[in-house]
Amino acid sequence: MTIQIAIENRFEDFTLDVAFKAPAGVTVLFGPSGSGKTSVINAVAGLLRPDAGRIVVDDWVLLDTQTKHNLAPHRRRIGYIFQEGRLFPHLNVRQNLLYGRWFAPRDARRESLSRVVEMLGIGPLLERRPAALSGGEKQRVAIGRALLAGPKLILADEPLAALDEARKAEILPYFERLSEEVSVPILYVSHSSSEVARLASTVVALKAGRVVACGPPAEVLGDVAAVGARGTASILRARVVAHHLDGLSELSTAAGALWLPQMDVTEGQTIRVRIAAQDVILSRARPKGLSALNILRGTIMEIRYGDGPGALVVLAMGEDRLIARITRRSVAEMALEPRQTCYAVIKSVAVAPGDVGRGRFTQTAQ
Amino acid sequence: MAADGAYWLGPAEWQAVRLSIQVSFWATAASLPLGIFTAYALARWDFIGKQLLNGLVHLPLILPPVVTGYLLLLTFGRRGPVGEALEQWFGIVLSFRWTGAAVAAAVMAFPLMVRAIRLAIEAVDPKLEQAASTLGASRMWVFLTVTLPLILPGIIAGAILAFAKAMGEFGATITFVSNIPGQTQTIPSAIYAFLQVPGGQEAAGRLVLIAVAIAMLALVLSEFVARRVAKRVAGA
Repeated sequence: MTIQIAIENRFEDFTLDVAFKAPAGVTVLFGPSGSGKTSVINAVAGLLRPDAGRIVVDDWVLLDTQTKHNLAPHRRRIGYIFQEGRLFPHLNVRQNLLYGRWFAPRDARRESLSRVVEMLGIGPLLERRPAALSGGEKQRVAIGRALLAGPKLILADEPLAALDEARKAEILPYFERLSEEVSVPILYVSHSSSEVARLASTVVALKAGRVVACGPPAEVLGDVAAVGARGTASILRARVVAHHLDGLSELSTAAGALWLPQMDVTEGQTIRVRIAAQDVILSRARPKGLSALNILRGTIMEIRYGDGPGALVVLAMGEDRLIARITRRSVAEMALEPRQTCYAVIKSVAVAPGDVGRGRFTQTAQ
Repeated sequence: MAADGAYWLGPAEWQAVRLSIQVSFWATAASLPLGIFTAYALARWDFIGKQLLNGLVHLPLILPPVVTGYLLLLTFGRRGPVGEALEQWFGIVLSFRWTGAAVAAAVMAFPLMVRAIRLAIEAVDPKLEQAASTLGASRMWVFLTVTLPLILPGIIAGAILAFAKAMGEFGATITFVSNIPGQTQTIPSAIYAFLQVPGGQEAAGRLVLIAVAIAMLALVLSEFVARRVAKRVAGA
């Protein structure tokens, strides 16, 4: 399953000009608001007709402006999860869930209502009207409704943006399950790098209507051009070793033990941990007498300088890369150079629980 | 007048009441589909001549009813271009028939009906219709399963408003189809006729009571139905 997208469209205030391929798994369209993310998936859905473009799912052509081929939205077989849910107010949850299924061809009705209801935990809500649901519940029903339409492609437009932190934490695991249990490719729009770290198998970073980076999340999140100096982060793979009574979880990485605030992941599982580059401190020698619990050993691979006073130091830790954002002055004073051994210090509390997720390793470890 | 002791209403009055209800019912029922279509076009589509259509629909609200009636007579009368064609091709004659009264009532009530339905359509979030189309519903199915249920309260309100307007229509009706007892004499025409003859006040008074009662009933009913439907649609 690959989706090929090439779109050009002039809006009043900016021009969208993007082309990329999205392989199977979760492709996150990542970028600040106004970068054209939603326009891209609206074009895939057929809700926006671009000036020029071609959109192909496998070898099924949804849009080709050259041959004037433009499939109507209802024939595109997509499951669109909107930011605001958009449940039908006059139908109850069950009727909402089954709405798309009714129009789906018989062979596309793969998902059974009971499985979807069980997966999303919405059994007790079936007879309720959307008006009587909380924001998080609405969004779960919206996911189910899209799934039951038997789509060939799932689109999600910042499905968590309208929710508060607690509701986000409630819904994100369902998207993680979705990416694990459903074989349909997912195009997911987000401006949150923690969502990228947790969900993405491929990231397409957009800025002002153009693709600035495209690749595995660890690569794109480490690219200053794509995410900006403040957004730069690394993704480490870590296995959960144990949950301790003092409220910390112990993880093991290629570069040593990692202690993080207790997380809701079973022991033995491998997860992704997003670490912001600006939360990492470097030391040439192994520091002693420090409050920070996490000291990871790595080798400097590369030092990148930008326009400002900062520099990015990339450490290799096994297959993973850890990026530290420090000042040029520090680089000079510490005389950092590639191939040196270096210690990275990370405060446990710097890693927010939202930055830790199951992810999908088969996709990123290419 | 109330010579027939078995009835509170005289036969002529009763006839007027029955005819009024018949005319108003058909005026409303027959124009409802066109009303929904026009309201939808005005609310959702952009086309050349939209303002013209909007003006045309609202014209009967502003024109003197006599003028509307006269224009109807010119168009749908037996010598009128449309009236002649209707008679020639379908054998339908509107002038001086109850069907003509229904046409007059429908034309006069149309702006009110379209206005109520249009407001309801404009209140429907097009994003819901988009969502339905992404789920595989064609335009027609989107309308039938999303738009129509959501605007139902507006349709009911518009229909009842139109019915009430049709019940009270006088000027255009009497100009177009005259005031023939049993054919075109609706309640307002009958009241007018009774008031022209000595001793007719009593019968006119009874019809006035009935007109008031029907109007009140229509209002209460519309309020009740619209509220129930709105509740169902809003999902409370």
